[in-house]
Amino acid sequence: MSGKENGDSALTELDAEQSEFSIGEILRKRGVSRRDFLKFCSVMTAAMALPASFAPKVAEALDEATRPTLVWLEMQSCSGDSEALLRSANPTVAEILLDILSVDYHETIMAAAGHQAEEALDKAIATYRGKYICVIEGSISMKDGGVYGSTGGKSHLARARQVCSGALATIAVGTCATYGGIAAAVPNPTGAVGVKEAVPSATVINLPGCPVNADNLTATIVHYLVFGKIPALDSHGRPLFAYGKRIHDNCERRPHFDAGQYVEHWGDDSHRKGFCLYKMGCKGPATFHNCPTQRYNEKTSWPIGSGHPCAGCSEPNFWDTMSPMYKRLPNVPGFGIEATADKIGLGLVAGAGAAFAVHGVLNALRKDKEPADDTKEG
Amino acid sequence: MSESCKYKRYIWELPVRCCHWINVVSIVVLSVTGFFIGRPYSFASSASDFTMGWIRFIHFTAAYLFTVSVISRTIWAFIGNKYSGWRAFFPLATVQGREKSVKMLRYYLLIDKQVPETIGHNPLATSAYVVLFGLYSVMILTGFSLYAEHAPLSPMHRALAFMYSLFSDQGMRFTHHISMWFILGFVVNHIYSAWLMDIKEHGGEISSMFSGYKFTVKKED
Repeated sequence: MSGKENGDSALTELDAEQSEFSIGEILRKRGVSRRDFLKFCSVMTAAMALPASFAPKVAEALDEATRPTLVWLEMQSCSGDSEALLRSANPTVAEILLDILSVDYHETIMAAAGHQAEEALDKAIATYRGKYICVIEGSISMKDGGVYGSTGGKSHLARARQVCSGALATIAVGTCATYGGIAAAVPNPTGAVGVKEAVPSATVINLPGCPVNADNLTATIVHYLVFGKIPALDSHGRPLFAYGKRIHDNCERRPHFDAGQYVEHWGDDSHRKGFCLYKMGCKGPATFHNCPTQRYNEKTSWPIGSGHPCAGCSEPNFWDTMSPMYKRLPNVPGFGIEATADKIGLGLVAGAGAAFAVHGVLNALRKDKEPADDTKEG
Repeated sequence: MSESCKYKRYIWELPVRCCHWINVVSIVVLSVTGFFIGRPYSFASSASDFTMGWIRFIHFTAAYLFTVSVISRTIWAFIGNKYSGWRAFFPLATVQGREKSVKMLRYYLLIDKQVPETIGHNPLATSAYVVLFGLYSVMILTGFSLYAEHAPLSPMHRALAFMYSLFSDQGMRFTHHISMWFILGFVVNHIYSAWLMDIKEHGGEISSMFSGYKFTVKKED
């Protein structure tokens, strides 16, 4: 697989000379056909939510652009986002991605180790200062001076500060790097936060999701290469092309929602027929992501497509705010885990009704004095 | 039976009565449709049906009606007569108002036997209405914030940006849901009190909400 070899060669040595060539030249040299290249450009144009007429412009821009240097840092993470990148089932996209990018440092996939690896990082960030793209995967521990996570003898916080400060832009991939993710869930023992919170001065593009959709990562980089600037972001720092619409509004099961056809129990007839998962606790109405259109693994499927409600993984603090996963509404704090808003509300109204009924009976049994002239007011 | 002849007084102006009944209708419609939206029932027989679609449409239409009514009533508090004016809603701010409130509270707690006559609003009720209008605002803001999410970056979505920073999305849903129960709890109290005062005052408390007139012992100044 040419992509893998290219990746390795890029990782083992800093190929400074090669990064002077344009992406088009490199791809031709590596034997990527024009047809595959144009296919890739069409896929990226669609991922950036641009009209199809932009595909030739994307191709033109990528032909001319020089490939950016990229360093990939692992913080408190499960490497799920690296997995998503490497296993993006579309080999063309993955190969071209590794050819477009000069991945100079990536702890999980690089051949170099130890001091050699750290040297590669230092060299990359010194040589391409202000020009390299930093990708961060995993949350950053802030508690007790950040002692709970370190790589190469440096705390994650120190590494993030060092690498992000010299980067053209930092792309936080996955929910951990964007908002802290599972590590930041209550009680958050390590004081985990996302990159923007750990290094507020950095230019951060957030690509949440568990894992990140590799197509969105590629599209973000392609957007930069084509337009020379980072994509438009929403208030959570997410590119609008990927996070500008709610899952609920692009969901393939939406007609069942509007019709009123819901899955009532796992594996029931409605579930088998592919009805709406709203009653099973689907968080699609609360989640902004392009899963329904972009999908995962060569657009094969996505959670709702395979019959599981959306967990809301691309929203801030989703572990805390989106739970319980299989219920519509959060539980009421302080009332035990099974107390729902409805039970408490019904109790409240019934209690008020009972109290006033008693009051009414007591009033009926008493003889009150009517309003009279001596008590007048107003 | 009272021996005295009572005076007829025009208390509730037409806009006040209109807002009241629009609120009643829209709260009933919003609660029923809202409860269904929160816990839907699979009515539909085919995917071409539009049950949830229509129910949501009714909910959103009623929400606009309710919002206009609440805003109108708030504006009327600065235009209308003294019974509907904003001062009536803060009885605890004045000495006289506090006295009246204590009298009313003692009556409600079955301590006093003398029924206090209220000409406009009951001072305890107006204090509750301030809280109620707070709940209305919470309902309107959380409701429209959830509604606006179908069109991110639309003018409504931008205008409500502060709500998205105050609440998590699910927190907003939860607040919207539980506030409905608080309002329904108020409704129980409100209907009971209206019934009670109608019986005790003999002033036409309930019919005044249709006609605008109450019957009082004291002559209009």
